[in-house]
This record gives sequence, structure tokens and C-alpha cells, in this order.
Amino acid sequence: MDSGVGGRGSGVRTSTALVVDRTPDTQPLTPSSRVRPQTMAGLAWWRFTRHRMAVAGLLVVAVLGAASTLASWVSPYDPDKPDLQLQLRAPSPVHLLGTDDLGRDLLTRILYGGRISLSIGVLAMTLAVLMGTAVGAAAGYYGGAIDNLLMRFTDLMLSIPALFLLILLILVLRSFPLPFLRGGVLAIVLAIALLSWMTVARLVRAAFLSLKEQVFVEAARALGVGNGRIIIRHILPNAASPIIVAATLRVASSIITESGLSFLGFGVQPPTPTWGNMLKNAQDQMITAPWTAIFPGLFIFVTVIAINYVGDGLRDALDPRHLR
Amino acid sequence: MGAYVLRRLVQAVPLLWLISLVVFLLLHVIPGGPMAAYENNPDMTAEDLHRLEHDLGLDAPLHVQYVRWLAALVHGDWGYSLASKRPVLVEIGDRLPNTVYLMGVATLVTLLLAIPIGIFSAVRQYSTLDHVVTTVAFMGHSIPIFWFGLILIIVFHVMLRNPLSGAPLFPGGGMYTLGMPFSLLDRLHHLVLPVGMLAVANAATYTRYTRASMLEVIGQDYIRTARAKGTPEPLVIWKHGLKNAATPVVTILALDLPALFAGAVFTETMFSWPGMGRLFIESAFRVDYALLMAIIMVTAALTVAFNLLADVTYAVLDPRIRYG
Repeated sequence: MDSGVGGRGSGVRTSTALVVDRTPDTQPLTPSSRVRPQTMAGLAWWRFTRHRMAVAGLLVVAVLGAASTLASWVSPYDPDKPDLQLQLRAPSPVHLLGTDDLGRDLLTRILYGGRISLSIGVLAMTLAVLMGTAVGAAAGYYGGAIDNLLMRFTDLMLSIPALFLLILLILVLRSFPLPFLRGGVLAIVLAIALLSWMTVARLVRAAFLSLKEQVFVEAARALGVGNGRIIIRHILPNAASPIIVAATLRVASSIITESGLSFLGFGVQPPTPTWGNMLKNAQDQMITAPWTAIFPGLFIFVTVIAINYVGDGLRDALDPRHLR
Repeated sequence: MGAYVLRRLVQAVPLLWLISLVVFLLLHVIPGGPMAAYENNPDMTAEDLHRLEHDLGLDAPLHVQYVRWLAALVHGDWGYSLASKRPVLVEIGDRLPNTVYLMGVATLVTLLLAIPIGIFSAVRQYSTLDHVVTTVAFMGHSIPIFWFGLILIIVFHVMLRNPLSGAPLFPGGGMYTLGMPFSLLDRLHHLVLPVGMLAVANAATYTRYTRASMLEVIGQDYIRTARAKGTPEPLVIWKHGLKNAATPVVTILALDLPALFAGAVFTETMFSWPGMGRLFIESAFRVDYALLMAIIMVTAALTVAFNLLADVTYAVLDPRIRYG
């Protein structure tokens, strides 16, 4: 297995590594008439496409991501400019999802908010996975006192009510003048990441514990490969599957966490729109203008379901137990 | 068992101590705090500020302050709230029962929903019912709980009216009608929406656990034995099956306490429920040191206690598990 387990590569194209050509008669028959691909990545993708909800989820995420990134082209409206003539208009052909209390187009703000919410999800996930992998790999590979220390610390982090600590961390991080990203985005990303690496660490540790006993690790060591290189080049690629699945689900939960924090008032500060602070803002008008509360939340909901389905599909696709 | 519980309790002490240290340090980095209230007061000279700081012991080195705080804590003096000037323990004593009340009812409803639904779904695996349950549970698992709460308020408080009185169908906040003598009906009426919000969102997760757990149990030998000796099928499922399938679910529930607390924070904030979660949010906005420290310590202690309770319950309910 090589690092190509990322689910990349198309279904039919057989790319570089691993399986050398097989004679056509050993080719297993598949329900569809498509030829089953013979690389790890190809196989994973092939299995992923069997999971209809996962494919739909991927599509939804792609569309949302594209629409948010290209928000300034997609929408003719300014996300920040108030228009007091247009306060709290119900959804109409002109303003598809209506307008908010300052007369700003809701869909436009949702798309711009999506930029922030989605980026926070991805950034927080990346940091959390990096931290979790580092801790888990060190604990699993070196074992002994290092393992004990790191895992007790992980337990400690898991036993503090996360939301409370998260809010404290944000108050702390906000007091430092963190560079770039407006509205305290970086503080949120750091805080979420600092409180969500633990599950990844446990997962990676478990994978390392079993992988380090494998013969190929012994072989690498016999060849004089250093610890760092063994961890990164030899073991880590083999632990990629659970990490990829956990990373995907982590994006979804980071998005929920961010919106929850913003909803409570500790997240990204207005006027920078995020799905969470739009919901918070909507609380004051949900009696007269329920759409301001319904739509931003609907986008969170749909995004999170979509990502969770993608994670589900990836688990089916990457889990070796599903190999047929 | 007694020795095991004792050992776990002893292990909890350093854990709680570490948590207190981490939180104490974090709180001292946050700007604001005891002196912030006076800084903008024109009647206070710099000298006054210094004298006050000295009188309050705030000019002492951080480790001295920490030791003083810890010593007082052990002696039952948890300090005073900056906002209300009342003793922290009194504040918490006022709020904690309300949170326990809300979470207790919500947890009960969660289990009453999740366990039967999960079992039905598992018994009829791959049936239409199972597909519906799995899909709905997957969605419920992905729903942002605060958005779900907003929807509940919009539908059951804003849109739907009591056909007799024209009042909102369910109250949108508070624990009881102010100025009314105690009435169980009124209490229950106020519980419906907040409990609904917590229970439905949590039930989705626990239905998934129950289903998975029951599926595993159904495959076991003792279920086959029960069937083979002619036990009626309902008895097989609801006695033999339920007993074994529910155990891990109840345990996960106890381990999940921090997450349940987080849910209660949103519920209490949205429904103006005078509980610990709302108290924390209010205190965080004011950086009310003593209160924040106390709330985190209490919830951390509860988490540790419930983790222990989970393990003990597990051992009691499942005689196959032994703790040395």
C-alpha cells in the first residue's frame, strides 16, 4: 500500500503503482459493466462511487465550496452594504432567500459566510489532524513513558467539558493580536483545533501500535532507516485510511463547533458573516422574519450531512475489511 | 470493586488538580478580571487602584495567588462572583439543580426514544423502517442543535397557537410562568420545547448506538439458545436482547456527559433557562473569574464522577467484566 489511498484517480483509469497487469479472465465480474480498477486508489474510488449518498454529498460540498469561493461572481449583491429600504424582505425572485435586518441579501451573505465557515472547518481539521497525528504517532511508535505521558494528557483534555474550555481559550487567544484573517477567525481555528485533536491521536496511536510490529518496519530498521523516516514514510501511509475518514468527519464537526460558538457570541464577530453569527443575529427577528433563522442553519445542516455522508462513503471505501 | 472505586477516586485528584491549574492560568491571561470594573472609573486614582489591587492580593505573584485560591477552595471558600457579589457556591447551588432537572428529563426522554427505536430498527435490519430510522438518525446526528431549537421555537411558539386561548402553543422560555403558584402542568408545559430540542438531537445519536449494539447482540449464541429452547420472540428481544444491548448505550451516555453539557448550554441560553450553562456564558462575557473557575471545576468533577459511575455500572450490569 502506498500513499495513494486518497481516493484520487478516476474509476476506470488504472494508474501507476502496485498491481501489475492481470489477465482478463481473472478480472472479477462487477454488478455494473465497468471494469474494476486495479490500483488501491482506483479501487477505493470505485467503492466510493457505489455509495450513492456519499457521491451526492461530495457533489453538494463541491457546489457549496465553488459557490462560496466564487461568491462575488455568483451574486450581484454586496454582502456588507446595508440598504434600509429593503429590510427583512421575504424570499422573492429578486432576493431568493430574502433580506436581513439591514436589508442585505441573505443568500449573498450565506455564500460569503460559507467562505469563512468552510475555511474554518478545513483549517481547524488540518491543524487538529496534524497535532493528533504527531501525538498519536509518537505515543504509538515510541511507547513506554512517552506513550503514557501523551495519552494521560489526551485523557485530561477529554475530561474537561470541551465547550467551556473552548470559550476560555477563545477569550485568551483573542487577547493576542493575531495577524491576518478578520473577525478573530484565526483564534477560532486555533481554539477548535486545540480541543479536537484527541480523537485523532487515539486513532493514530492504535494504528501505530499494530503497524510498528509489522515485518516491513523491522526490514526498514534493519536497513538502517531512522525513526523519523520510518514513522513518516513507512508507517504513516499505512495508517492513512482511518486518518482520512476521521479528518473528513472532523471538518463537519468543526463547522458545527464554529457556528455554535458564533451563535453564542464567542465566534467570528460581525460584520464578517458566518453561518453561526447570522443565526445569532436572526434570533431577534425570527418572529417577523423566520427565513433569516431558517436558511443559514439549513446551509450548516446540509453541509454537515453532506460531509458526514462523504466520511461514511470513505470509510466504506477505505476500510480493508470491505475488500472483496 | 471497593478497592477499584477507591483507586479511581484517588486517581481523580491529580486530574482535577491539573484541570484547576490549566484553567487558572488560562483565566489569568484573559484581559479584564477583578480590576477591569474600576479602571474606567474617574473617581479612582492610580493610587486607589494599587491599594485595591494589594488589598485583594492581586499584586502577588501568580503562583502565590494560585496556592491561595487552591487553599481556599479546599476549605470550601470558592470566592465571590464579581457581578452579583454573592458567594460562588450559592450561585452554583441556585443554578445546578435547574440544569440537573433539565438534563435529567431530557436524558430520560432520549433513552425512551432511542432504545425502542434502535431495537426495532435492528430487529428489522434492512427493512423500510430500518432505512427510515437510519436515515433520520443520520440527519439528526448532523443537525446543529441550536438551529433545531430555533426551528422548534418558530414552529411551536411563533406559528402554532393554542386554538382555545390563542396563546403560543408552548412557551418559548423560562422554567415556569412568572407570578403563578406552583403547578406541575405549567412546569411540564415549559419543559416541552427545551427537552424536545435536547432529546430529539441526542436520541438520533443514541438510536445509532442502540441499533449497532443490538445488531451485535442478535448475532450472539445466547440469543440463538433462547430461541432454540422456544422462548417467544418478543421475550428474546426485549428481555435477553435489551438487557445486553442497553448496557453499552447507558455507559456511553455517562461518558458523553461533557457533550450533553454543551447541548444544555445552547438550550439554556435559548430558552432563558436559569441553569449552569447559561450562568457560564453570562460569566464568560463578564470574565467573572471565580464563577468561571467554579463552574469548570464542578463540571469537570461531575464528568470524572460520571466516568467512574459508567465503569461501575458497566461492571454491575455485565458480570463478564471484572475490575481488579
